[in-house]
Amino acid sequence: MPATLFKTFKDIIADCLIHVQIFKKNILLGYMHFSIAFGWFMLILVGHIEVMIYTPQRNGVLYYPVFFRYFVMETHETLRGSFFFFLMDLSLLLVLTGIGLAIYKRFHSRILGMRRTTKLRLGDKIALYSLWAIFPLRLLAESFTANISGGSFLTISINHLLNAFVTNPDHILPVWWGYSWALGLFLFALPFSRYMHIPTEILLIVLRNAGIKSSVSRDGYAESEIYSCSRCGICIDACPMTSKKRNIKFSSVYFIRLLRRRSTESLATADKCLMCNKCVDACPVGIDSTRLKLLKRQEMHVRSRTDYEYLQSIENKIDATDSVLYYAGCMTHLTPAIYKSLFKILKSANIKYTFLDIDGSICCGRPLFMSGDKESAKELINKNRELIRSSGCKTLILSCPICYKFFKEEYKLDGIDIVHHSVYINNLLTSGNIKLHKGIGSFVFHDPCELGRGSGIYNEPRELLSAIGIVKEASQEKNLSICCGGSLGSLTLSFSEREQIAKSSLNSLLTNNPDKLITACPLCLKSFSTYNTIPTRDIAQIVSENLI
Amino acid sequence: MIDFGYSLTSSSRISLDNINQKKLKKITAVEPDFLKCMACGSCAASCSAGNFTKVNLRMVILLLNRGMEKEAIALIEGCMLCGKCTLVCPRGINTRNLIINILKIYKEV
Ligand code: SF4
Ligand code: SF4
Ligand code: SF4
Ligand code: SF4
Repeated sequence: MPATLFKTFKDIIADCLIHVQIFKKNILLGYMHFSIAFGWFMLILVGHIEVMIYTPQRNGVLYYPVFFRYFVMETHETLRGSFFFFLMDLSLLLVLTGIGLAIYKRFHSRILGMRRTTKLRLGDKIALYSLWAIFPLRLLAESFTANISGGSFLTISINHLLNAFVTNPDHILPVWWGYSWALGLFLFALPFSRYMHIPTEILLIVLRNAGIKSSVSRDGYAESEIYSCSRCGICIDACPMTSKKRNIKFSSVYFIRLLRRRSTESLATADKCLMCNKCVDACPVGIDSTRLKLLKRQEMHVRSRTDYEYLQSIENKIDATDSVLYYAGCMTHLTPAIYKSLFKILKSANIKYTFLDIDGSICCGRPLFMSGDKESAKELINKNRELIRSSGCKTLILSCPICYKFFKEEYKLDGIDIVHHSVYINNLLTSGNIKLHKGIGSFVFHDPCELGRGSGIYNEPRELLSAIGIVKEASQEKNLSICCGGSLGSLTLSFSEREQIAKSSLNSLLTNNPDKLITACPLCLKSFSTYNTIPTRDIAQIVSENLI
Repeated sequence: MIDFGYSLTSSSRISLDNINQKKLKKITAVEPDFLKCMACGSCAASCSAGNFTKVNLRMVILLLNRGMEKEAIALIEGCMLCGKCTLVCPRGINTRNLIINILKIYKEV
């Protein structure tokens, strides 16, 4: 428990005050968030300390620290005064630089590493403009009274600068009123705006670290996720669907906004998504938006209209007690070159294998599961599990990352080692069971969504490829890899939209002019082959071609 | 019945009056690709479920266009939504969305 508490505390500091995640994306953007959040926090903290020290009788009066300089006459001549005043001015300066950047970003978002930002609604606009106004007004207000209440390098200097204007008491009140109004307006608009993420994110971190997960798209946890979205728009640039401008409205930020407004359109947005998880990986708040989309699908779609009676008549006759078991799955059956190559490799390593679905496969169930029909998927899972269990195998090799992820997560095959063929072949190489011929050809490796972001396998395929040739980098790879466009996660993307995605992904992959594009997924292989200008191969194919 | 060694084949008459226009409009609205099918049969040839039972998307589309809903449903409710047919369809039809919606609109539960 103390460990969780500590982690929660650490996460809150790192994500809500310092914004480490955003710093990792872009330094300027990180600084913008850091300066406003941290500076404001310091203003509040130091403000309270000031009240405690100078006017202890007012301690606990909520508005007192906010308008401290208006109420209290102090002098910066004392050591205490100059220290706190300096701290206050410094924090204010920090916030002001952040606000400056924010204003600049609204008009030139590219500078801060973002191609697109979100469109604002009325609540957002009120909150945004009042937020912009708060701190400059606070600076003015405090400067105007700096000769009475004290100040530091910033406020005193402005006070001196505008001396004649400022000393007129008629001018003091309006700026203090302005400041007060801006702050009030901001706090009033907060719940109706995206800035609600400021308070909610803290709650989200607490809930997440407590291990809570949502089971419907609008329960407590989901709610805290929805309100934690700052609409920073980072997920817009991340999303492969937005390579064509018309699909921006399908990115996660807008999905979350639709959920928040309880709009029925949220389903159409959920159905479009490729479930490639790139936005989730990029989100600085860590919102699992694909899970929310899946929950939405599960709630809204008709389910169990399928009829799988026929599965019962399939006999469990496969025996793999003394061999490894191989399951090709639907997609690999469409690209038989992959399993033929794999079998060639297994033979050369003298490994006995049994082909579970040689006469055609029962789908692993993941496509059905992702369409929102959990119950029907269960029937497929149960039958497949029965077949695998009764075979008595110890190791199960899969070629399709979609199956791989699903077998690992939903099949509950304890005691059976589930491996993707890229990892299995790499193990054969490191253990010396196969020998490869190293040539001068160059490759680029495409990380399939379900293998990379989905299962965290990035290195094994690259190690394997570097034993055959030179591995070149793609402009976006590993966790940034762009979906091939074929993903079965999307229910409604059209052929032409998928084509766009495949092409933009290829663009990124071919930046360094590799000789061949290698992937480790039958679906990626199929999607890319159609549009690729260089040969596309599965990793098993390229290895089998280079066996010694 | 006495077995005379021959029988009558069942009628293959197509009655277009049986088509439920409302449902047909609905399905073309949610998945306009419905109209693009050229009945090539690639989907049925590659079908995963087709290995075990009588799933046949080509036939389903034909039957729906002939107003034979019951027969159509019987040929698609075994679909596992694996997506192979989408990948092989030469007309680029989003078959999965089509199937989901056929089941939604035509299958009574
Ligand atoms: S989902 Fe995450 S990345 Fe997208 S706008 Fe919200 S906070 Fe930003
Ligand atoms: S999961 Fe992929 S396709 Fe879906 S919104 Fe996120 S980035 Fe876009
Ligand atoms: S999605 Fe259904 S109809 Fe299409 S190939 Fe798979 S099982 Fe057959
Ligand atoms: S593959 Fe496509 S065009 Fe051919 S029959 Fe099937 S749905 Fe129709």
